[in-house]
Amino acid sequence: MVRFLLKDDKLLAALSGEIDHHSSKLMREKIDMSIREHTPSQLILDFENVTFMDSSGVGLVIGRYKLIHDLNGKVIIRNASEQTKKILRMSGIESLASIQ
Amino acid sequence: MEVLNQMKISFLSKSENESFSRAAVSSFIAQLDPRIDELGDIRTAVSEAVTNAIVHAYRTKPGVVTVSVKITDKRCVYIQINDRGCGIEDVEKAKEPLFTTAANEERAGLGFAVMESFMDKLTVRSRVGYGTSVSMMKKLADNETEDK
Repeated sequence: MVRFLLKDDKLLAALSGEIDHHSSKLMREKIDMSIREHTPSQLILDFENVTFMDSSGVGLVIGRYKLIHDLNGKVIIRNASEQTKKILRMSGIESLASIQ
Repeated sequence: MEVLNQMKISFLSKSENESFSRAAVSSFIAQLDPRIDELGDIRTAVSEAVTNAIVHAYRTKPGVVTVSVKITDKRCVYIQINDRGCGIEDVEKAKEPLFTTAANEERAGLGFAVMESFMDKLTVRSRVGYGTSVSMMKKLADNETEDK
């Protein structure tokens, strides 16, 4: 599930539940729809309520990075658990998005 | 190696079953009282292997995925994920981080790299046209409360 909050031109997408190949499809669609609607300068992906993530989550972040990058925006990853960070770091995603 | 317990599940290659398979494995190994990070590592590795079977092995036609788990002495967990899908042409190439044949579906190409790094052992056997078998092992840390 994804909940959105737009402040100025920053879009916060609060992800929740389990992120795998199955669930990430719908999350991706929802986030992309919101990005296209608001064309934010910053996309904040909040992982606080994510209970599980496999490498499908990396695909999700990279795909959104590409979209935001085309709009000259930035992607920020927030509140990721140690387990989630371990997978994100394996992908070298830190060079594209900042992990806070 | 003494097998203390074992289980086996089979399910259709539907993406809804990715969460089912890792929940089933984690609830089976709960009897070993693993640490949270160990449980997280195993759940993630199972999810990667099962997703590979669903996304790649049965890309053109659906089939059955089988997950078997054995618990042996010395707190070792052996997990095998089998499919009878298309098989992998070049296993070594498939294991390379960031290599994927499904880039347009936003697959990161990290599946085998995650399995390798989260588990203690990974063996992949595959034959084109016959299927793939992924075997993984993780030794859980000694349970301190049990030793006392």
